[in-house]
Amino acid sequence: MTITGWLQAALVFALVCVFVKPLGIYMARVFEGERVFLSPVLAPVERGLYRLCRIDADREMGWKPYAFSVVAFSLVSFAYLYVLLRVQAFLPLNPQGFGNLAPDLAWNTAISFMTNTNWQFYSGESTMSYLSQMAGLGWHMFVSAGTGIAIAIALMRGLARRSASTIGNFWVDLTRCVLYVLLPIAVVGSLLLMWQGVPQNFAAYTTAKTVEGAAQTIPQGPMASMEVIKELGTNGGGFVNANSAAPWENPTGFTNLLELVLILLIGASLTYTFGRYVRNQRQGWALFAAMTIILGLGFTAAYAAEAAGNPIVHALGVLGGNFEGKETRFGVAASSLFATITTVTSCGAVNAMHDSFTALGGLIPLFNMQLGEVVFGGVGSGFYGMIYYVILTVFIAGLMVGRTPEYLGKKIERREVQLAILAALIVPVFALIPAGMATVLPAGLATLNNAGPHGFSEILYAYTSMVNNNGSAFAGLGSNLWWNVSGGVVMLFGRIAIMIPVLALAGALARKRAIPETVGTFGTTSPIFVVLLIGVIVIVGALTFFPADALGPIVEQLLNQQGKTF
Amino acid sequence: MVSRSRSLFDRTILVPAIRESFIKLDPRVQLRNPVMFVVEVGALVSIFYAFRDARNGQAGFDIAISAWLWFTVLFANFAEAMAEGRGKAQAEYLRRTKTDTIARRLVQWTRGSGTSLEEKIPATQLRRGDRVVAEVNDLIATDGEIVEGAATVDESAITGESAPVIREAGGDRSSVTGGTRVLSDRIVYEVSANPGESFLDRMISLVEGAQRQKTPNEIALSILLSGLTIIFVIAVATLAPFSIYAGATPSVVVLIALLVCLIPTTIGGLLSAIGIAGMDRVLQRNVLAMSGRAVEAAGDVDTLLLDKTGTITLGNRQATEVVCAAGVRESTAYRAAYYASLADETPEGRSIVLLTGSRAGLAADEVTNGSLPAGSTVVPFSAYTRMSGVDFADGSQVRKGAPDAVRAWVANGGGTISETLAGDVEKVARAGGTPLLLADKEHVIAMIALRDILKPNTRVRFDRLRAMGIRTVMITGDNPLTASAIAREAGVDDFLAEATPETKMTLIKREQTEGRLVAMTGDGTNDAPALAQADVGVAMNSGTQAAKEAANMVDLDSDPTKLIEIVEIGKQLLMTRGSLTTFSIANDVAKYFAILPAMFTAAYPAMAALNVMRLATPQSAILSAIIFNALIIVALIPLALRGVPYRPRGANAVLRENVLIYGLGGIIVPFIGIKLIDLILVALHLTGAQ
Repeated sequence: MTITGWLQAALVFALVCVFVKPLGIYMARVFEGERVFLSPVLAPVERGLYRLCRIDADREMGWKPYAFSVVAFSLVSFAYLYVLLRVQAFLPLNPQGFGNLAPDLAWNTAISFMTNTNWQFYSGESTMSYLSQMAGLGWHMFVSAGTGIAIAIALMRGLARRSASTIGNFWVDLTRCVLYVLLPIAVVGSLLLMWQGVPQNFAAYTTAKTVEGAAQTIPQGPMASMEVIKELGTNGGGFVNANSAAPWENPTGFTNLLELVLILLIGASLTYTFGRYVRNQRQGWALFAAMTIILGLGFTAAYAAEAAGNPIVHALGVLGGNFEGKETRFGVAASSLFATITTVTSCGAVNAMHDSFTALGGLIPLFNMQLGEVVFGGVGSGFYGMIYYVILTVFIAGLMVGRTPEYLGKKIERREVQLAILAALIVPVFALIPAGMATVLPAGLATLNNAGPHGFSEILYAYTSMVNNNGSAFAGLGSNLWWNVSGGVVMLFGRIAIMIPVLALAGALARKRAIPETVGTFGTTSPIFVVLLIGVIVIVGALTFFPADALGPIVEQLLNQQGKTF
Repeated sequence: MVSRSRSLFDRTILVPAIRESFIKLDPRVQLRNPVMFVVEVGALVSIFYAFRDARNGQAGFDIAISAWLWFTVLFANFAEAMAEGRGKAQAEYLRRTKTDTIARRLVQWTRGSGTSLEEKIPATQLRRGDRVVAEVNDLIATDGEIVEGAATVDESAITGESAPVIREAGGDRSSVTGGTRVLSDRIVYEVSANPGESFLDRMISLVEGAQRQKTPNEIALSILLSGLTIIFVIAVATLAPFSIYAGATPSVVVLIALLVCLIPTTIGGLLSAIGIAGMDRVLQRNVLAMSGRAVEAAGDVDTLLLDKTGTITLGNRQATEVVCAAGVRESTAYRAAYYASLADETPEGRSIVLLTGSRAGLAADEVTNGSLPAGSTVVPFSAYTRMSGVDFADGSQVRKGAPDAVRAWVANGGGTISETLAGDVEKVARAGGTPLLLADKEHVIAMIALRDILKPNTRVRFDRLRAMGIRTVMITGDNPLTASAIAREAGVDDFLAEATPETKMTLIKREQTEGRLVAMTGDGTNDAPALAQADVGVAMNSGTQAAKEAANMVDLDSDPTKLIEIVEIGKQLLMTRGSLTTFSIANDVAKYFAILPAMFTAAYPAMAALNVMRLATPQSAILSAIIFNALIIVALIPLALRGVPYRPRGANAVLRENVLIYGLGGIIVPFIGIKLIDLILVALHLTGAQ
């Protein structure tokens, strides 16, 4: 590990910290319909959209209509993308003349983007027309992120409101999120990327002759605009197959830094927004602190493992960190950082091959996802995932001090525990059970590139990534009917089966009265609570996945040290 | 109830508890507890595999695992049976007298009719509304309310207090409790509860597992534990295909062993014992709770309403000081005060006699006799004059009474009050005392100060409550001035002066709308609505039936300060659950390190590196983990029955300590325990090494 490596990480984090407060306040104002500096430009557009869609912006919803709107919107969006992918060959903006997608691939891809997962069983540059990229995938990159943030805001309202029956209006929250938060940042971000050389055009691919005389096809397309929302919305779906490892998407050290900041930006700022909502900024900082510490631990472990390198390579006399599968312009530190940040959040972008990480280095991104991506997390989903853990922590801690547990003055009772535990079940159920099937079914094993523990890691990583709506791929896995269909199901449940309980939770909490805090109430802003929260997150994650991880990366690392590879 | 302390493993409870542990193996009983149900199913399945493997001589290990799984269930049953046994023994004291009592039921009764036709029936056949007569030496058959007569009653069977108490029709002392004995006179009481519905019956059902309703918090915790169990079922079940992929043959028995080690059996096995033991502790303090929910709610109380009289101060005000007017000899003043109060039978009057008698300059025998000089006439207190006193034979008069009344009387005779004495009167009143003036026909002689005497240690007790985050509010009929002075002295946080049933009710509702949980004690019929409104209402056993029915707890000792102990029991109940849950989950870390390497070293020898405890063989590792898992339940029974130690402190301090003990301790202890068991297995050659 080097000083410069640590400085890179510190720089990313410092830049995020700069934006947390202003963006946090900005989002709180936007979602409560207050005037912000963009209102003169955007408010007329917003009103126009409401008129067009016949939305009554002043009418709030209870949790059930809110959830119904979310599900209905998601399903319609899914259907739209599915159809688009199935007929792209007949539509314009297809200079390379790509054909229509097969039904199973279209199903997988449409669910993948609708759920903010962005798992890709295809190569963008050889499959997708520009229209599919922009109007199909790009549309979902905005609205799936917006949906996640809207739900997080609804939950914040539930926590903040007292004896209330409503938690906001989904259509308004979604519109405001896309219009005031995502679009402005995306515009600025894509200009910066274009300045750094990321392509933004509708041109056909360029054919070039290399120095050696071979013909090379260089992809073109509206990449900068897609790239920025890929990061900002923690989507992760690359325009091209190599994702952020490719020079088109991530050409320089600066773009790498920019992309990392964009990934963390909204998730981190939402903790501040939360503090504003509950009128206690320390509550927001407590969550921010817990997230920061886990991120720090994750990066340290990944960086240490990658910097330590591969014992087998060392035996050949090549010392130093593990450079296999990494871009020279990023190196070990930036790749470890990218891997950590894209898996603690739900981004899933990659700037190196995770498959080529050391076994322990690969365990960290896997474990990050197994924790439920609550460390800043997916935009919105990270926050509400964290609240599930907070509820479990508060419940256990509250019992330990001898009071019916409460969070922010709201009693945590049967229903809250029920919903939190239901959500906690989703990840193990939809990661482990399909993985168990894939390890014994011929169809599951058919497209696996590696054997032994490494092959197992690839399977486990895939389902863990999909259920958490991450989209990060370990690679080493090909697409077939089994993977397309089962992956789609897993992604769908990983999104919907967690979102609906969140909204139910928001509704249940909004209805409650708030109890004034006394010295008998343990504080949820104290260091001891933060430590306990981290403990619950790590222990619950570790206990659930330790057996599986032991058979994957852990045993692989032990075997690597004995000189065995897979 | 006299001797209440019982050794933890009393033989009379232990033996039936062991028998009960086996009866509870019935799957229908186990279904109530999903965690232990999973263990039982696992134990059954492993027996099946033991038989199957018997053919190839592999059964020894399977049998050992299966046996320890059964022990795990039995130990959990034993914990519950122990708690039930202790609770039942407690309730037996109360119930014993009840069942064989013969009641004299009146067939037809009209008020004041004197004797009427009566029939003798067993107490168990009494119905609500029946009228029963009880005379000298009769046992009161069941709970009821006196409708005619008055009697002294020996309640020692219930309260342990040997002094008899007076119970009479009408007023706030009209209720009688089953099992107590009439010592004098004759009363007619109306039965207030059907058989099986009396306080006692309800309490008994709270300490008997089968009928016990789970409390809301217990249900929430059960949901959490069931959720964790499902997660572990998935984590373990998927290990089967994973190990097939890895080229290992998964053994069902080993997978079951791993599952049982991981699911929260420690808390799952002790959960109901903790709840029952909590009820038992309440009962040990002579409090009957109507539901477990009420005890749990007590732990959450934010505001405690306490009656001033009896709770904060000793029963009545007492004379503490006599201040003489200028020029009046002290002995003169004392003597006047003494004579003026001698005939005053109120507690206040008696306290003046007590204070002044020794210093009145009288002959010793005159004081002991307590008689007025010959020819004196007592002038009793009347609401009209608001004074009382004595007219002596020589024509002189002494009066004592409320300052304004006495001043008016003196002014009538042309006398005045000195400035300084008037100032003293003001001072006493402002400090919360009651000033009385003493005068003869011409002068105000002295001022007598009556003050509330605080019960010992009140301040300490309220500080303790404050440390727990509970606000205390004193309820008093006094004027605000007096009330605030006493409140300050006693150290309560707030007070409600000039309290009426209505203002009390308003206060409770206001606190509740602000989201606070309110507890109060009461005994009178006019307390009933407030008792019902309060989240925790404790009625005094000496109080009226209406109060008792409105309350959710009844204190047999009629001690209003008992509420504080109930709050602590409620908190302890939750703390015990929380701490053991944390401990149970933290234990899993070590169990993984014991079992996983044991499962997979055959397929991946490199996995031996994870065997950090260096356990002897795969079999001994798995067996050690499962034995530890079973024994820890037994080891924690005393903690579950007694509750984790509770000291009143701020929540953050309590949390820090419990996280350290049960969280960190829960991670470390099993590493040591499993290693020790493994060493013992090695020493006994039970490692299964072939």
